[in-house]
Amino acid sequence: MSVFNQSRQTVIRLIILSTFVILIARLFVLQILSPEFQLQAMDNAVDRKIIYPDRGIIFDRNGKAILENTLTHDLMILPTQLKGIDTLGLCEILGIDSAEFRQKLVTSIIKNGRYRPSVFEASLPDEKFVKLQENIYRFEPGFYLQDRPIRSYPHKAAAHLLGYIGEVDSNILRRTNYYYQMGDYMGLTGIERYYEPILMGQRGIKYQIKDNRNRIVGSFEEGRYDTAASAGRSLRTYLDIDIQVLAEKLMSNKLGAVVAIEPKTGGIIAMASGPSYDPNLLTGSQRRRNFSWLLTDTARPLFNRAVQGVYPPGSTVKPMGAIIALDEGVITPEYGYACGGSYLGCRRPIKCTHAGGGHASNLRRALANSCNSYFSHIYRLAVDNPAYKNTDEGYAKWKQYTNSFGMGVRLGVDLPGEKPGFIADTSFYNKLYNRSWNSCTNVFLGIGQGEMTASPLQMANLMSIIANKGYYYTPHFVEKIDGKGIGDTVLNPFKVKHEVTHIPDDVYEIVQLGMQDVVESGTARVAKLEGIAVAAKTGTSENYGFINGKREKLADHSWFVCFAPRENPKIAIAVIVENAGFGATWAGPIAALLMEKYLNDTLRTERLKEVERIAAKEIILPVVKQKRMRLDSIRRVKLALEMGDSSVLHNSLPESPDKPQIDVNIRRELPKPIKNNILPKKDSSKPSDKLPDTIKNAGVLRKDELKTT
Amino acid sequence: MQACCEKMNSRQPEISKGIDWILLWVYVILVCIGITSIFAATYRNEPIVQGFLSFKTDYGKQLLFFGFSLVIGTVILLTDSKFFTATANLFYVLGMVLLLLVFPFHTEVKGTESIIRFSGFQLQPAELFKIFVNLALAKYLARIETDFSRLKSQLTAAALVVAPAIITIMQSETGLALVYFSFFLVMYREGLPSAVLIIGFSLAVLVIATLLMDPNVLAISLTLIALAIIYILRKQVRRNKELLVLIAGIWLICVGIQRFAVPFFFNKVLKPYQVQRIYATVGRDFPVDPKTMTEEDIKKVEDRKKASSYNVKQSKIAIGSGGFIGKGLLKGTQTRYDFVPEQRTDFIFCTIGEGFGFVGSAILLLLYLLMLFRIVFIAERQRSTFSRCYAYGVAAVIFFHILINIGMTVGLIPVIGIPLPFMSYGGTALITFTVLVFILIRLDADRQMVLR
Repeated sequence: MSVFNQSRQTVIRLIILSTFVILIARLFVLQILSPEFQLQAMDNAVDRKIIYPDRGIIFDRNGKAILENTLTHDLMILPTQLKGIDTLGLCEILGIDSAEFRQKLVTSIIKNGRYRPSVFEASLPDEKFVKLQENIYRFEPGFYLQDRPIRSYPHKAAAHLLGYIGEVDSNILRRTNYYYQMGDYMGLTGIERYYEPILMGQRGIKYQIKDNRNRIVGSFEEGRYDTAASAGRSLRTYLDIDIQVLAEKLMSNKLGAVVAIEPKTGGIIAMASGPSYDPNLLTGSQRRRNFSWLLTDTARPLFNRAVQGVYPPGSTVKPMGAIIALDEGVITPEYGYACGGSYLGCRRPIKCTHAGGGHASNLRRALANSCNSYFSHIYRLAVDNPAYKNTDEGYAKWKQYTNSFGMGVRLGVDLPGEKPGFIADTSFYNKLYNRSWNSCTNVFLGIGQGEMTASPLQMANLMSIIANKGYYYTPHFVEKIDGKGIGDTVLNPFKVKHEVTHIPDDVYEIVQLGMQDVVESGTARVAKLEGIAVAAKTGTSENYGFINGKREKLADHSWFVCFAPRENPKIAIAVIVENAGFGATWAGPIAALLMEKYLNDTLRTERLKEVERIAAKEIILPVVKQKRMRLDSIRRVKLALEMGDSSVLHNSLPESPDKPQIDVNIRRELPKPIKNNILPKKDSSKPSDKLPDTIKNAGVLRKDELKTT
Repeated sequence: MQACCEKMNSRQPEISKGIDWILLWVYVILVCIGITSIFAATYRNEPIVQGFLSFKTDYGKQLLFFGFSLVIGTVILLTDSKFFTATANLFYVLGMVLLLLVFPFHTEVKGTESIIRFSGFQLQPAELFKIFVNLALAKYLARIETDFSRLKSQLTAAALVVAPAIITIMQSETGLALVYFSFFLVMYREGLPSAVLIIGFSLAVLVIATLLMDPNVLAISLTLIALAIIYILRKQVRRNKELLVLIAGIWLICVGIQRFAVPFFFNKVLKPYQVQRIYATVGRDFPVDPKTMTEEDIKKVEDRKKASSYNVKQSKIAIGSGGFIGKGLLKGTQTRYDFVPEQRTDFIFCTIGEGFGFVGSAILLLLYLLMLFRIVFIAERQRSTFSRCYAYGVAAVIFFHILINIGMTVGLIPVIGIPLPFMSYGGTALITFTVLVFILIRLDADRQMVLR
């Protein structure tokens, strides 16, 4: 036996030793050579939670908050803790039945699992919240209330310029290089969008430990790696919310826009677009439904006409024409034109509203009387200026002038989606007329028609330039940003002074006096203010649109531009009311009321009646209303089919307390959701996809047609 | 009475005499590391001292088991060495009865059918029975009339070991059953032909190859290997035709095992989940055969597949994330927050791996290695065959437990639920290993005596 004693005990020792070597080698591989396990362990146990800071607040020029954060309340559910909870009582408070309760429960389990809380009902209406707050102890810990900040617009105004926030979509995620994450909110339009990086603040990150069931059990390493969230910075704007509210009220029941600018700074005092809506509709739980409703409205309430709507400016460009001619030296302020009722310099006569009587015997009088012949003529003089080789060069120079006045180019206002308007360049005419054109071909440009469109913002800016006698600051809302930070350079472009012409001040004086005459003795007498020298110009622009596929001449747009006081301008305004006819009829009184309110800080009592009169007046093309009615009735039929109840067809929809109040001022019946939402959620995001073709094409072509001769 | 007391008194100084202090201290250190690890895995911010002393927490209970083990150990040290040789066979029979009693009286706990429970106390005879087998085997090998070079003796010894293994398999405790095969190491030491170990090892390789390779490819490779051997040995073969028959026979057995024995064993003998675990270890999906399996079986397999691959994955993450020096006591996120299942029992090694990293794990393994080498050293200094065989038995059992348990946690071996000696939570296991070690210490103290 002892023969193999020695060898066998050695073999056994070797077996043991080699096993241990293998185990230690394996440990070496796992622990030293495989760093991925550390990441996997982190993934397993550490939850990276993003802390969202409060968004910045937006204040008006008087320090009133016009966009702030308020709390809304969500009812949260923790599915594992439901045992022994009086769910029936909860259903009663929420007004749902047990089948719906179960469905919501299942949805939340699918979404977040049993061990993590989910939102059971978002943005509880006040009365439900109060009831729940009293009774929540009965439903704890399976249910609890959680605050969630949402944006709120306390004045229910300035929807277009403030914009709204919404959940980011995959496009934005890609565009921002995944700076945002799914479920994040960001500004989608307006100031909310333009100043997004400043308003959103700095997100914080909190690392938390979770267990094998994804329950949070504490902070990771006592918060050593956490970064604090810093709140979004607030914006101080030039906006005067009282003026803004008044402007929106005046624009109710009308399509059009109002822009009021402080000429000295370029700060925008008010910007309204009609029809408007209560921006609070686009916060909270009903956002999707309201949004789709607004989106499909044929009057296009989501469209900011002040910067995105472009119209033929009509007579309101005449002061600019005068300044160009003066700066080019083709006329002097004393230059006169013998107008006999129409301009006959070209083949087709251009009609003038006045005839004879020396109504255009000098620049000031021609402006006061808005003489078409005079301004057609001086346009031709400027373009055919002998200083240039030919019409091409002359026109190019003229276009350069208009561009420097901010026409036909984007001004760079601090809103997304600004439209540049249109001033044709020479190649446009060369192509259109096969190189054979002259100053007669586009003589209509002299009176603001033809191949020329401008946005209300550009017209208000033009008034600023004239008021300032030759310079302007890019129109903008934000005066300063609270606190200091990296985003401050965003305001730099608004501090640049743009010099437009080199005309001496006394020449500007003539133009200004001419515009003052317009108010005192000319077409804009409606805008006369006690004790304040107002300079203004009316405009009535012809426009065309497609109705049922046919190109038709629509009712004229009513323009009014002005600034006051003339000697020391504090406000420059441009107003357009679509299809409202003569400029002084509707646009003029609106501008007058705004000026009075802004300059005097108040309105006389007898003027309040005027406000009501204007606000109540509905000026909307019948075709827009027809199309909207058709759209609404198709919706109603859809709803009836969905509900299997034909009573909705008869227009008597029951009122409900949570019915969203669309403040479009154009009263419409909004179908009431019966249960859940009227339209399935998928539909509401892209309503046009599911609607019949007739509805898709229902929107009136509002792009104003170019007039060619 | 007086005599008895005198006898006791006179023995008193002898308790510490001849004790192998190294082995004893390594034992104590390992148990303490074990309690610390259980503490690290189950501590939930309760007051620590209270937690230990209330004996309501797992680590408190383990401390209690340790105290109880030390009492038993002291009793063993006070026992006469001859007692163990005298009662070895009796204990084997008693243990066998207990093992068989499990069948009518067991309670089902977590898939095992090997536990008897009475009035809040659990007993797992298959665990305790390792001691009895070890004693009985040592007793048998130490008999003067046993000639271990004879096949009959070898078969008898094997039967002593394999019988309880089969019963344990029937109780769904494959892991514990495997441990009984460790006693072949003892038999090897006492003269079992090396061929047996080599054939056993080759068989294991063949089985694994069967799992890993396509059956046809494996059959062709086996044939090619056989032909290559014949070609190499062609001169001998020409001289001796019997060699050819031998090679052909071995080839036939190999292909037979690969083609019929393994599939038969997997389909008929093993439970589907056990087969699945074996497959999972070699990195293969379990081939679900709808013909031979009921729907319930398939579902069970799917569940087990998820569970066992999850266990191994989490265990590897826990150990791997420890890095070089580990995250520190109570800092391990994997073990603290229940990602590793069964971490206080079978996966207790993860706590060391995550908390103390490569350094800690290696030190623990070296401690085990020290213990095993010490036991082998002790074995070789015994005068009596009984003590030597018993000592080798202890080494083999502990070695197998370590190999299977740690091999499992690092993903080298299928998930087989057996405890890590001295460390895993559980009274029966700790007491069993304590008794094994303390009988060894007792026998070693009398190493000059010849025991039969």
